[in-house]
Amino acid sequence: MSEPTSPVDVAPGAAEPAVPQPTDGAALDAAVEQALQAFAAATDLDQLKAARLAHTGEKSPLSLANREIGRLDKSEKATAGKLMGAARGRVNKALAERTGVLEAEHAARILVEEAVDVTAAPRRRRAGARHPLSTLQERVSDIFVGMGWEIAEGPEVESEWFNFNALNFKPDHPAREMQDTFFVEPPEAHLLLRTHTSPVQIRSMLERDLPVYVLCPGKVFRTDELDATHTPVFHQFEGLAIDRNLSMADLRGTLEHFARQMFGEEASIRLRPNYFPFTEPSAELDIWHPGAKGGPRWIEWGGCGMVHPNVLRAAGIDPEVYSGFAFGMGIERTLMFRNEVPDMHDMIEGDVRFSEHFGMEI
Amino acid sequence: MRIPLSWLREYAQVPADATAEDVMAELVKVGLEEEDVHRPSDTLTGPVVVGQVLSLVKEPQSNGKTINWCQVRVVPEGQEQTLTGKGIDPSGVQGIVCGAHNFVEGDKVVVTLPGAVLPGNFAISARKTYGHLSAGMIASARELGLGDDHDGIIVLSELGLDPEVGSDAMALLGLYDEAAEINVTPDRSYCFSIRGVAREYAHATGTVFTDPAAGVVVAEPTGPGYGVRLEDTAGIYGKPGCDRFVARTVRGVDPSRPTPPWMAQRLRLAGIRSISLVVDISNYVMLELGQPLHFYDLDKLQGEIVVRRAAAGEKLTTLDGRERALDPEDLLITDASGPIGIAGVMGGAATEVSDTTKDVLIEAAHFEEVSIARSRRRHRLPSEASKRFERGVDWEIADEAAQRAVDLLVELAGGTADTTATDVGTRPEPKAIELPAGYPATRIGIDFTAEQIEGTLTELGAAVEAVDGGYLVTAPSWRPDLETREDLTEEIARLVGYDQIPATLPVAPPGRGLSRAQVQRRRVLQALADAGLVEVLSYPFVSAAQNNTFGTAEAGAEVRAVKLANPISHEFGFLRTSVLPGLLETARRNHGRGFRDLALYEAGLVFLPGETLGTATIPPLGAKPSEEVLEELYNGLPDQPLRLGAVLTGHDSPAAPAHTPRPYDWADALDTARLAGDVLGVELVVSQGSHQAFHPGRTAVLSLRSGRAVGYAGELHPKLLAELDLPARTVAMEIDVDALCAAAPDVVVAKPISTFPVTTQDVALVVDADIAAADVLEALREGAGELLEDVALFDVYAGPGIGEGRKSLAFGLRFRASDRTLTADEASEARAGAVALAAERFGAVQR
Repeated sequence: MSEPTSPVDVAPGAAEPAVPQPTDGAALDAAVEQALQAFAAATDLDQLKAARLAHTGEKSPLSLANREIGRLDKSEKATAGKLMGAARGRVNKALAERTGVLEAEHAARILVEEAVDVTAAPRRRRAGARHPLSTLQERVSDIFVGMGWEIAEGPEVESEWFNFNALNFKPDHPAREMQDTFFVEPPEAHLLLRTHTSPVQIRSMLERDLPVYVLCPGKVFRTDELDATHTPVFHQFEGLAIDRNLSMADLRGTLEHFARQMFGEEASIRLRPNYFPFTEPSAELDIWHPGAKGGPRWIEWGGCGMVHPNVLRAAGIDPEVYSGFAFGMGIERTLMFRNEVPDMHDMIEGDVRFSEHFGMEI
Repeated sequence: MRIPLSWLREYAQVPADATAEDVMAELVKVGLEEEDVHRPSDTLTGPVVVGQVLSLVKEPQSNGKTINWCQVRVVPEGQEQTLTGKGIDPSGVQGIVCGAHNFVEGDKVVVTLPGAVLPGNFAISARKTYGHLSAGMIASARELGLGDDHDGIIVLSELGLDPEVGSDAMALLGLYDEAAEINVTPDRSYCFSIRGVAREYAHATGTVFTDPAAGVVVAEPTGPGYGVRLEDTAGIYGKPGCDRFVARTVRGVDPSRPTPPWMAQRLRLAGIRSISLVVDISNYVMLELGQPLHFYDLDKLQGEIVVRRAAAGEKLTTLDGRERALDPEDLLITDASGPIGIAGVMGGAATEVSDTTKDVLIEAAHFEEVSIARSRRRHRLPSEASKRFERGVDWEIADEAAQRAVDLLVELAGGTADTTATDVGTRPEPKAIELPAGYPATRIGIDFTAEQIEGTLTELGAAVEAVDGGYLVTAPSWRPDLETREDLTEEIARLVGYDQIPATLPVAPPGRGLSRAQVQRRRVLQALADAGLVEVLSYPFVSAAQNNTFGTAEAGAEVRAVKLANPISHEFGFLRTSVLPGLLETARRNHGRGFRDLALYEAGLVFLPGETLGTATIPPLGAKPSEEVLEELYNGLPDQPLRLGAVLTGHDSPAAPAHTPRPYDWADALDTARLAGDVLGVELVVSQGSHQAFHPGRTAVLSLRSGRAVGYAGELHPKLLAELDLPARTVAMEIDVDALCAAAPDVVVAKPISTFPVTTQDVALVVDADIAAADVLEALREGAGELLEDVALFDVYAGPGIGEGRKSLAFGLRFRASDRTLTADEASEARAGAVALAAERFGAVQR
């Protein structure tokens, strides 16, 4: 504590205390006791400041007594110095202690006063959201990337050749009509909105070195009117593996692995014979969904099969040397049964509540 | 295809207690997917019995109607009524009020007794009506769910029936039968018949199959029948349009004979309306054997039948009454009068059988698939016949099918068959398919035994010849879809069971993970969500007007866009050239649902056609096109860049205590676009721009450092917002994500970090109001030299003390040297250099 420099240390009109003799131990003790009592009586930092000025200021009894030491005999100075030192030490110690207590009290009081209702906190930053179809598409892609596959993409307006001919759809075969196609005007230009992401498989085989392991997610189009389970614009992910000696067992193993990544270790798959122009043999894929609403059950998930040799030939791949498998599922359909979305309208209308409910998760 | 179980049971051993569901559960194993169940007894429950009208009293009513008060015996005379319950008369005679008049005393009818429930959940009870207690109903075909017949109640004698009174009328009418509906894939034409499905059922269950064709006895004809000539020898793809035509004649059929109830009910369960006995027989045989038949009224034919292609200008009135202009590619059945049918698709009206037809000519022909498919599409005439022909019909079955029809016309319609028969055409050469012994195992992953391979193929009906290293397999005539070893492999796997296939996980070669562009796109999309925007997806279908507004900056220009030939809605018949129309519609929808604060974004392809659109021809299947042809295919596609759009309206956050939400403004649109650039490490240069969809004074063009413009951002045009019913001050941006990604740095080179102290200085410059702040900032940056670490605009002021048409721009400049502590003089000198360049370029004056 620095020595006060102000000429006025006590309020004017305050009683002039008696000055104790620096050699009078009892008198000094009394002054000390008074100081200690004054400190103890102070209930806030302002009162303590007044008590400090009164008992340690220039005009305080102890300061005045200290001044008296100069006037003492040499023989008395040592004793007086000791007594004074002890007295001032006690006062300063008490002052420091009381200051600490009152400062802590003060700090604590401020914190109490500053308390807020945290439940009334404003949301200053709005959390955005991804569309669940995007999130799911990324989740699926990541699983395959983790298996060493790559993600392939392609255009949505596509040549009829990539969408049909290259996939072994014969020009007049009823299989073409299994997929109600949007054609681009004029029809003689042979352009359409892809009805599946399979054209990307052809592009991948044409553009990439063998072996090929690609997943092709994306938007596809069919001339269905929008209702609870149909939409003219939807999303698929298709997988394609072309390598030496791939068999349907590899297809099953791949799908099983994927199913477990998506639906847990209890998930399994079932293959049923089916027909697609681009695969032979072909199969319908069902998934055993352990978490299905209403209890575990088989759910129709997609189609798959061994790539038809004509499809390999269309991409310049020798079917005598290479074989492959392919599969395809709908992302909307997957979202419907995985996340219990009851109505297709929710997915396509862009209502912010739908996306916000999912946030960044799926 | 709907399969009545009673019919299936004739040819396969279906357990007596099996339901349609049980049958479908078996069929799905061999690839016939379950669709639906049709079971009349689900909506019709008895007692429904045969009754005899004992008396009938006509009672005219005050409303002008006349009702019949009938006493109907429902228990054989002398026997006791065993049924009990409310409304059941122990005497065995029910009093019933009936409004129909097509019956007389003594007729046997169908009586629905109290306690019965009819389709439509119509419960029968005794009730008071027209002054009588009417205890039951005399049923019409419609009330029993047997069709739309309005001709009154069922008189059993008219159906050729004379059952015992009191017997179960539901059994009599086949109403306990049920049908399994299965989905038949386009390769399995064979399964559009009971014959095919019964065989598949036997494959699935291992039970015995009896071929219905085997039960048909075709007698050796005594001579040639009706004259038929096949003239189309090289049609589409060089194949003859018709390679077999069997014709048989049955004379003297009785057109008054009814279709027996068992046949009518099977047809009905199969989804085909009963029309008349003759027509029903034709459909019945088609369903049973898979061979579509056509019956001609022999009296209406003129001379020899010729099968040929149409000549230009020929016309035919088909039996639906419509006159159709024929295409030279249409395959026709003709006689001396001209066309009498589009082969395999629909017959002509002039020669069709009618309720006066006595003599019938039966056609059982084999037509080429593509020809039928094209005619069917051309004339929009999907029919049961064309469905089968275009998928492929068993060449061999024509004879038996015609004979089966002959037999039924004789047996049921009282006709007499001619002993002559016509059978012209050429049997296609059966092709042997080579199947290496190990091939099925390598493709399926099951080590099939020789027994499994030979056994399954033989079971299918194929001829299997063991040769060195494998087999020569000839597919049965009813399986034209079996052409390759892959097809045979599927059959083997299918019959052995797909559930036998093991699971192995192939290991892909080391991949590269997501491509750089894929990672970049994800980062952009995620960044916007992280910044509080909500991703939505909208359809790419837009109107021409929307494209003309959003697809080009200049008003009045016609935007080149991709037009759809068959859009869902003609109003939105184009593909988008901007993602904003869809986003704004989504914003409007959300706003309409009460959401005032919206920050939406969407990334999607837009479609920008170039000079060439598509290709005039496309290469065939099964072969890789040349590089030139592939190049043409690629070049014919419109550009399809990925665009990112965002729309913001309302406030950035909800109102809350101690928080004032900030309204979105034009700068938020810019900021969103720049965020997309930032997360890719791409600086977007902002300059004043104009676009017809945006506010003329609040539009920014966003460009790359190279100068290439990649998007727009700003406040939307107030007039447009009013038209779209969106709030004023709604802002938007759209940028080309592909261009942004491509502009991202390949390698980011580190900058040395100087730890010497910073010196900051501010400067306020007064310039003309139309000078762009960004340009002044750029001048400061250049003028300050290399000591300048950063410069930022922190305030703009216009008003008193600045002068009319002027504004004051306040910049903060941060100086730092890489190798020393700057002195105040050095910093001031650099600042002076900056100000000097701004003064030189823009007449900037220090305030």
